[in-house]
Amino acid sequence: MTQPTEKKFRAVIVDDEELARQVLREFLTAHPEIEIAAECANGFEAVKSVTELKPDLVFLDVQMPKLDGFEVLELIGTNAAVVFVTAHDNYAIRAFEVHAVDYLLKPFGCDRFEAALTRAKERLSSAASAATSPTAHPAPSPSDLAATARPPAQYLDRIPVRDGTRVFIIPIAKLDYAEAQDDYIALCSESKKHLKQQTISSLESALDPSRFLRIHRSYIVNLERVARIEPYGKDSHVAVLHNGTQLPVSRAGYARLREFLDR
Amino acid sequence: MHPILGQLRRLIAYLLSWLPLSAMLVYLLAVPGGLTWAEAFALGIPLCLLYGFMCLSAWYSCRSTPLDRAGALQVAFTHLLGAIVVSGIWILAAKALAHELSAFSAFNGLEPRLSKNLPLLFGTGILLYLLAVAFFYVLLAVQQSQEAKEREMKAGVLARDAELRALKAQVNPHFLFNSLNSISALTSSDPAKAREMCILLGDFLRRTLGLGEKAAIPLEEELSLISSFLAVEKVRFGARIQMEENIDKDALDVFVPPLLLQPLVENAVVHGISNLIEGGSIKLEIHSRNGTLSIVVENSFDPDSPPRRRGGVGLANVRQRLATRHGNLATFDVKTEGDRYRVAITMPADRPGHSS
Repeated sequence: MTQPTEKKFRAVIVDDEELARQVLREFLTAHPEIEIAAECANGFEAVKSVTELKPDLVFLDVQMPKLDGFEVLELIGTNAAVVFVTAHDNYAIRAFEVHAVDYLLKPFGCDRFEAALTRAKERLSSAASAATSPTAHPAPSPSDLAATARPPAQYLDRIPVRDGTRVFIIPIAKLDYAEAQDDYIALCSESKKHLKQQTISSLESALDPSRFLRIHRSYIVNLERVARIEPYGKDSHVAVLHNGTQLPVSRAGYARLREFLDR
Repeated sequence: MHPILGQLRRLIAYLLSWLPLSAMLVYLLAVPGGLTWAEAFALGIPLCLLYGFMCLSAWYSCRSTPLDRAGALQVAFTHLLGAIVVSGIWILAAKALAHELSAFSAFNGLEPRLSKNLPLLFGTGILLYLLAVAFFYVLLAVQQSQEAKEREMKAGVLARDAELRALKAQVNPHFLFNSLNSISALTSSDPAKAREMCILLGDFLRRTLGLGEKAAIPLEEELSLISSFLAVEKVRFGARIQMEENIDKDALDVFVPPLLLQPLVENAVVHGISNLIEGGSIKLEIHSRNGTLSIVVENSFDPDSPPRRRGGVGLANVRQRLATRHGNLATFDVKTEGDRYRVAITMPADRPGHSS
């Protein structure tokens, strides 16, 4: 390191419009302590770059091809300080609920940009000290945050999942069931399993209750996939899916299932 | 205008309703009056029809003394006076008719026998006139409630028109903010281009604001609005927007509601092209055949892209405006085929210049 005075930050700019990236690039030239590690024009590229490069700072557009800004954030985690940059003011509340550092409304001036950058640096330095302090609480996973920040009365219609630097999108109609596995959930779709860091309760609250049912402490099932329910052992049951998979049904889950089937 | 005299069918129905009354009059003349049945018929029926006509005059006095505004005394006085005058004229006519009939041998001595009955006839006349007054008041009330309903409907249509005008004049604010952001980027890197974009944007805004007031514009004008919109979007999206046009020359002078197609093209950009990494094409096809204008706006889109809220507002607005203006004569279809999104419209090809 030739510059011992100030720590160098690495930033990634994500926006599908070249001119919008150009504004950010221009404002950043006044800050030699910030290095632009990558520029991305869509959600997939953004997830790939951020996962590989682990930048300190991400400037993130909301509406983009492939993945929107919130989906990107859900997949890249909260290690980086994220500044949303968008022309839409209606995402601001959601943005702060997923712990965005700031929310820049296009078009923005240099002063406003500087303010956002200052807040981002403060966040980064406090995060660095918090990480070393022994009292640090584990932060909620980004997917859990995203689930609570979801607009009310709107259920998920797709779930983005990440495997390394690759992104898969599971349309909700193709999700067979979800299974809790420690800190993760396994999403089963078209006989493939995708792992995602999220609690099963937060997934449950994000899914349409008329299509998905929690049948067990660890299982949520797509009701369209259930072929039949069979007794299993003394007083428990299993749900048999059309593809033959058997899922345990708890007593409470069985009551819910009965209630649904009798309707 | 008189509600009954004005229409032949109503007049016939009105006179037919007097037939039972004339039967009553014949009975009155024959039984208490002491005329022969032949005399009673010969006098009663023409007299009654005549009186039917005379009672039509009650309409004018009813209209000039409306129940809700004139005082009770005024109403009573006006109609009693009317009844006395009209009935008086009527018995004079009855005397004259009896006099004429006396000339026939069958009706010899009719005149003096009728004279005995004149008070009875006068009283009947007054009652019938007042009956007609009541009838016309009912008619007036019905007419007024119909007019009120019509006014209400007209007010509803006007309010909807105003709402549509407001919708038409609405420029998507995000389009504006994003364009301003592009200008902000260009000011330092390419000032000439920034100025050009200011001019393009100003051009588009001016056209949109002017159009909100108009009911219909030539298709050519709408197309030039679309090209100024696309000129701005091309600065933002660069080569990502490809435009294909196939437009009949003779469709250019057809009149369409302003800002009918621009929201469709804007949707194609916002929901289609902007979600595609490599961009895509928007195809605009317009034909005019046999008095029908058919328009197709087609664009590529990414079926896997995140759905955008607010979608469908523009489409619903276009659909509603077409329905308000043309009803069943216009069609509006939305279809997706693979990665192509297609909106098809057909509507009557109006050319105001030709019809007037």
